[in-house]
Amino acid sequence: MNLHFDVEGGEFISAGVASSKVKKVLKQLAIQPEIIRKISVAMYEAEINMVIHAHGGVIDAEIMPDHVHVVLKDEGPGIENIELAMKAGYSTASRLAREMGFGAGMGLANMKRYADILQIESEPGKGTTVEITVKLYPEQA
Amino acid sequence: MTINDVQTILKATVVTQSLYENNEVLSGFVGDLLSVVMGKAKEQCAWITIQGHINIIAVGTLINVGCIIVTEGFKVDEDAIKKANEEDIVIMTTQLSSYEAAALLSRDGLE
Repeated sequence: MNLHFDVEGGEFISAGVASSKVKKVLKQLAIQPEIIRKISVAMYEAEINMVIHAHGGVIDAEIMPDHVHVVLKDEGPGIENIELAMKAGYSTASRLAREMGFGAGMGLANMKRYADILQIESEPGKGTTVEITVKLYPEQA
Repeated sequence: MTINDVQTILKATVVTQSLYENNEVLSGFVGDLLSVVMGKAKEQCAWITIQGHINIIAVGTLINVGCIIVTEGFKVDEDAIKKANEEDIVIMTTQLSSYEAAALLSRDGLE
């Protein structure tokens, strides 16, 4: 099953629509709650990053029999130093974002923690593509 | 502890419409940084925060929160309440600080 979402930038209000939709679908498929949490938290963090940093973008979520693969693509400013960005606590978020409880510098750390496979490709000035893969039945892998 | 107990202990005001009387909360969590909450809070916890905007509903949904307690007299935004009602999430507000709310729930046995 493929789900496509367009995410608007700067819209804190609508952020989370895509991840909550994917969560609902997985719930209907009776996937284990811990697995659903892994996928939806990793995806929500990536979605929020798109809103905070990159004026939005597009998300494609592919739900396969044994895994979920989510691609989040934006044409934002890109990440200059991915290694530094991955460091827990490092953040470039705006004051507004921080006041709302975002920008703790935990987004990428959470994605890494919850995704089984996390791939980030970024080019400064061009944009960022984040790919998150989570296995649905890890005990069988 | 039930959500009803939480409300009684804190003398909090429930601002949402979802039914909750006998729904259980299994633990407590205090946090205002959403990523920390998403990373660490357990399912069905009583989440204590000063954030009152709509994104707490998204976070609450993702972690299957038991209920959200907004402290320090902070207001919960109207769109957040609307969304919480759609998602069946219970939010209550209190003038207590997060520390006071956590201490009261802890005293009555919430982990």
